[in-house]
Amino acid sequence: MIEAKNVDFYYGDFHALKGISMKIENNTVTAFIGPSGCGKSTFLRLFNRMNDLIPDTRLTGECLINGQNIYDKAVDVTELRKNVGMVFQKPNPFPKTIFENIAFGLRVEGINDKNFIQQQVEESLKSAALWEEVKDKLKKSAFELSGGQQQRLCIARALAIKPDIILMDEPASALDPISTSKIEDLIHGLKENYTIVIVTHNMQQAARVSDKTGFFMLGKLVEYNDTKKMFLSPEKEETQNYITGRFG
Amino acid sequence: MTAKTNQKIAFCVFRILGMLVVGLLFWILGFIIYNGIGVISWEFLTGYPTAGMTSGGILPAIVGTLCLIAGSSIIAFPLGILSAIYSSEYAGNGKMVQFIRVMTNNLGGVPSIIFGLFGMALFVNTLGFGDSIIAGSLTLGLLTLPLIIRTTEEALKAIPDSFRTAGLALGATKLQTINRVVLPMAFPNIITGLILSIGRVSGETAPILFTVAAYFLPKLPTGIFDQVMALPYHLYVIATSGTDLEASRPMAYGTALVLIIIVLLMNLLATALRRWFSKKVKTH
Repeated sequence: MIEAKNVDFYYGDFHALKGISMKIENNTVTAFIGPSGCGKSTFLRLFNRMNDLIPDTRLTGECLINGQNIYDKAVDVTELRKNVGMVFQKPNPFPKTIFENIAFGLRVEGINDKNFIQQQVEESLKSAALWEEVKDKLKKSAFELSGGQQQRLCIARALAIKPDIILMDEPASALDPISTSKIEDLIHGLKENYTIVIVTHNMQQAARVSDKTGFFMLGKLVEYNDTKKMFLSPEKEETQNYITGRFG
Repeated sequence: MTAKTNQKIAFCVFRILGMLVVGLLFWILGFIIYNGIGVISWEFLTGYPTAGMTSGGILPAIVGTLCLIAGSSIIAFPLGILSAIYSSEYAGNGKMVQFIRVMTNNLGGVPSIIFGLFGMALFVNTLGFGDSIIAGSLTLGLLTLPLIIRTTEEALKAIPDSFRTAGLALGATKLQTINRVVLPMAFPNIITGLILSIGRVSGETAPILFTVAAYFLPKLPTGIFDQVMALPYHLYVIATSGTDLEASRPMAYGTALVLIIIVLLMNLLATALRRWFSKKVKTH
């Protein structure tokens, strides 16, 4: 279970997240929506500590995964990131072969067993619904794949290290509609084994893929509820306005 | 005048200027090839200077220059690449780091004779290496460090951060991300910088003047504490202060041609290596 307790986050003097508390259950898909700059991506990146890479940032409050505060000094960030995978907005495969892209996470863990890696690569590609398309060209450069395939490759790459949680930061915003729907189907299937948190600009996408939705605005979590309820009868007026396209 | 004719005139001027520069370059090259090609022979490349350096070959100078290239590379490549990795990947952007960056660039603009004098003072005299390959290589190494550091930094900066975040997000440490993702991608451009630095080393005269170069030494070095002849210095000697300048003129052109060919080969090698590594990086 993922839990944020009264989280405030600052970029220098800029107060990006304001008093956010939220609980996310295992094996669910949770969508974060909201206008640009509302803090949803910042909030997402707290959970694999990607914000650590940005200098001059500050966090107060607690982020817990399975009861463990992930900002505790005793936490090994690389171990955390092996448990919390991430897929980015723009597909960012490495300039390596398709095979080596998937094997990357295993290799940095020090795994050298050829058969094991082979098996993990195949399994991850199958889970990411990419195996059939690439099984004959695993030794080809990942750059030869289409944008949509590259993004599924990035998902497969994240799956290969067996995380429990997958964070997706607008994973389909750079893709065409067909590739987008493939990614959405994939998210549905992955829910069985993973907890998924997805940031999206596309409200239909949030409605299609998620169980729960959080609406962010100006650094605050305005409303957080079952997706159905959010889209049919939101409690807050701002949510209603945003969803019906009156602003944002 | 319309914008279109303006553009035509501007392009015309650019083209003429461009051709002028390239033309001058080819003129110099052609002049040296024309005057030097007749001297090049197996004896010239593998023989020792004879008759007061007015005839014979330039083998000791070729070997000397190759020794200095090798020596300075061994010293400057690792130092330069590692400091560039530190400054671009780890050091951040504090006041101190910016200061060091500015100073590195300034160092690249220091006249090479200053490096020569510094090398003489430190390596030849204070450390007691004497006029030797080691003193010359250290001096040349220092001279090329700024170039290597800067080109390596640029090569690293050219790698988009998305690859670094991708590596880190997969649970790789920073060092693993640099080793397995960033460096292989930057390698083609790093190589280019290295080979350019070799081109510079093979052509420099001032830094070796007081640290290694011998006026006339018709034997090959046997160790790193030996003096050697070197192509650029040999060229300078037979063109300005030889025993019989008129008689050694053809030798000077031949030496110049050999020096140019070495630099040219280095540049070709750089291009070939870059192509090869770019291809390899994509499919490795």
